[in-house]
Amino acid sequence: MSGIASRLYRGEVNVDFVGRRKLWYGLSAFLLLISIAGLVVNGLNLGVEFKGGSVFSFKPAQTVSIEKVRGTFVDAGVHQVIVQETNNGWRVTTESLPAEKVTEVQNAAAKGFGLRQNDVTLQVIGASWGGQVADKAIQGLIVFMLAIILYLTMAFEWKMALAAVVALVHDLVITAGVYAWSGFEVTPATLLGFLTILGYSLYDAVVVFDMIKEVTAKLGTTSKVTYTQAANDALNHTLIRSLNTTLVAILPVAAILFIGTTLFGAGTLKDLSLSLFVGMIVGTYSSLCVATPLLVTLKEREPRYQAIARRLAATGGAGSGVKAARQPVGATAGGTPAGDEKRKKK
Amino acid sequence: MLLVLLAIILAMGGAMFLNRALTPEYGLDLAGGTTVTLQPITPNGSAPSEESLDLAVNIIRDRVNGSGISDAEVAKAGDNIVISVPGVGQEEVVKLVGTTAELRFRQVLAIGPGTPTPPGELSTQAPTPTPAASPTASPTSSGRQKAKATPTPTRPAQTAAPGPSGSPAGRALSSALTNPSPAPSATRGADASPSAKPRRNTPTPTATPKATATPDAGATPAPDQAAENDPLAGVDTTGIDPAALERFKTLDCAKENGQGAQDDPNKQYVGCGFDDLNDNDPKNDVYVKYILDKAALTGTTIDSASSGVEPNTGAWVVQLSFKGQGPDQWSKLTTTAFNSQAPRNQVAVVLDGVVISAPAIQEPITGGRAQITGGFTQPEADELANQLKYGALPLKFEKSSIDEVSSTLGADQLRGGLIAGGIGLLLVLVYSMLYYRGLGVVSVLSLVVATVLTYQSVVLLGEFANFRLSLPHIIGLIVSIGITADSFIVYFERIRDEMKEGRRSLRAAVEVAWVRARRTILIADAVMFIAAVVLYFLAVGGVAGFAFAMGLTTLIDIVVVFMFTKPFVALLARLRFFAKGHKLSGLDAERMSETTVAPKTAPQEA
Repeated sequence: MSGIASRLYRGEVNVDFVGRRKLWYGLSAFLLLISIAGLVVNGLNLGVEFKGGSVFSFKPAQTVSIEKVRGTFVDAGVHQVIVQETNNGWRVTTESLPAEKVTEVQNAAAKGFGLRQNDVTLQVIGASWGGQVADKAIQGLIVFMLAIILYLTMAFEWKMALAAVVALVHDLVITAGVYAWSGFEVTPATLLGFLTILGYSLYDAVVVFDMIKEVTAKLGTTSKVTYTQAANDALNHTLIRSLNTTLVAILPVAAILFIGTTLFGAGTLKDLSLSLFVGMIVGTYSSLCVATPLLVTLKEREPRYQAIARRLAATGGAGSGVKAARQPVGATAGGTPAGDEKRKKK
Repeated sequence: MLLVLLAIILAMGGAMFLNRALTPEYGLDLAGGTTVTLQPITPNGSAPSEESLDLAVNIIRDRVNGSGISDAEVAKAGDNIVISVPGVGQEEVVKLVGTTAELRFRQVLAIGPGTPTPPGELSTQAPTPTPAASPTASPTSSGRQKAKATPTPTRPAQTAAPGPSGSPAGRALSSALTNPSPAPSATRGADASPSAKPRRNTPTPTATPKATATPDAGATPAPDQAAENDPLAGVDTTGIDPAALERFKTLDCAKENGQGAQDDPNKQYVGCGFDDLNDNDPKNDVYVKYILDKAALTGTTIDSASSGVEPNTGAWVVQLSFKGQGPDQWSKLTTTAFNSQAPRNQVAVVLDGVVISAPAIQEPITGGRAQITGGFTQPEADELANQLKYGALPLKFEKSSIDEVSSTLGADQLRGGLIAGGIGLLLVLVYSMLYYRGLGVVSVLSLVVATVLTYQSVVLLGEFANFRLSLPHIIGLIVSIGITADSFIVYFERIRDEMKEGRRSLRAAVEVAWVRARRTILIADAVMFIAAVVLYFLAVGGVAGFAFAMGLTTLIDIVVVFMFTKPFVALLARLRFFAKGHKLSGLDAERMSETTVAPKTAPQEA
């Protein structure tokens, strides 16, 4: 093993995440703007469960397979297809179709299954996941965020709570933006995917913050590192963990996404795994590049950390940054200079 | 620890075998289910308004999802409402949603046994008279009291004089309405009153000993035998519509219990209620019939209803509050009832033509809040609260079709998803073995233990709590692998930190690292758990079910890390292979490079 892989393996990584916060803030602001623009311009492509749709019912002359039924409707130009077999034939739920399209689909189905057009009946169905369900989910989300702020304020401090929740909102908006621009369908499964991301993104941030708290607790007036440097060290220290965790979580999701998109044109599988996939990547990015830098921005305003920063700037300048580098975080003693040269000064 | 865990797994496995539940219950998307179409009926045959339909959809959705962890869908289809519930032949759910209509509150005018006395069928004597039997128990209200139902300690009379009742209606669950705060004024309304449960069971003619005598009861004495044969015996008929009286005489609750009847709010109504004898055995349920006054207020004025425990008595009670015109109307109704003789001091709650409860008014209730007491069990209190809360459907419905439908997902997609999930898991295993070498065995085994626990929990929850696994749950569980894996990744990295310092043996490092990792894991899991709890209690339907699965996996994560990963690593640390840092152990020199490359420098503060 050599190079980056080897260093990753040994946990010797040192990226100046916090130092480049202006870059991240810029990038995130850009992504957020694009996402919001997407939500405003395109909106979300809500699924049948939210918007209602058309339900076609028919009883084919001979036995047909579910693949054949799905294929027939997809070929007729329908995008959202939910196929169900009932004790009385087939039931296909599609997005809300205009009148002329309905006739077209009815004809296609009739032709495909040896029926007359009249035998394919249409029913217009309303949302099964109406506003109330979505409203309650959003209500729950807001209460959840407040509860998390409260909890993290107690477990850590309010600045960490704030940074974590801001990163969370960031993840949500960007994931929603990806949906808006790509036009992927938003189904209840997608919504549940979002909720998973929330927990996941927070979990990641909390582990990082726990480490930061531990490291920065030792910062005193004679400290040789600034809060920024200490936080960055903590971040790097948990970087391997973050990457490993993300990889472990994302591998199954990626596999499902791959199969879901290649084998089946549309469906729950794809909807769910896509939101998870996007959300996890954004979530990992945000806990590294948004949550921690934001926390540092908040913390560096505190007089005690400003004092440390001023003193270090006056005495050693760049040197202090080098000295502080690559502390085995959480260790009581025994910092090593091994990673010094790799470290970028602040 | 490892042994305790093994015991837990075995115990859960044993429970699974005993209940013959070896596979989870699946949700609508995986297993398909029953689809019911409800057609609204309006009094004049016109189309129902959009608003009332939307409202009905929401109420039905609340009702169907009342348990929180099932997974049903409710949609509007034209003027109809389509309800899909997971599982084939879900008749109870169909019944539940199909029989909801507007809830109405009516003052009770008269009460009688629910079935005419069919000779030879009904015993006219209480089969089990108690020694202290009082032969003069009133056949109307006091005849159906139940000794147990004395939540207010200021009513000793109720328990003091048990007496046999000749009434075939048997005893009803007595309940009483009070202000939420336990008020001493309850003494006056010492007569608890019959309440009834809308169960559709055949009545059984078992009369049971009664346990009440009240100050009021004495005021309306009536001979037992007379009550048997004439439902109107002992009934004060003033103010009762003759048509209602006629109806009351002929109504046989065993034949027509009023279920599905559209009670006209502006007319007096004769309806049936049930008494479940509080023993949860439907066979003992008996009918009670009522003459009720015009509806004084409707369920739409109910703001909220909930069940809870009365702190002073520890009894289950139902609390409700009113909004809009409700508090005024309610105050008027309870004042009128309070100033009337039994049984007119009772207010019946009528849902879809059936009296679901008829508590006695213990005091005029102003302020729009009320509390129903009466020896409820928790499920009874929950049920009544739900009926009060969700019962006020703005429309009446008729079931127009019931279909069994297959899953919305399709077997092909499910198969694809499972294969993909399997491949993903395999990749995870390969990765953790490559990265963590020997420790990879720990992570793989931890995942296996977590999987076994999760599977067992899902099966048992399906069996006992009606938890239904849907695709989002499955994916959520797969993602939770990441969370589970994270816990031991945190731990492993901590061990490495300790080792890098180079001053500790592996065995010591394992312990020191654990103390630190434990804190991190607990804080992070707490966040997940808070998310799950909040979403579970605030969201409905699918979201609640999902939150439930999320909370479950978080708990399992903690169990696995504490009871398996940590003890197992500690065990491994004793092995030479790990302790000496074998190349394949995951704790080898290369991993711990910093201790070899750079020997300790002077201690540095950080």
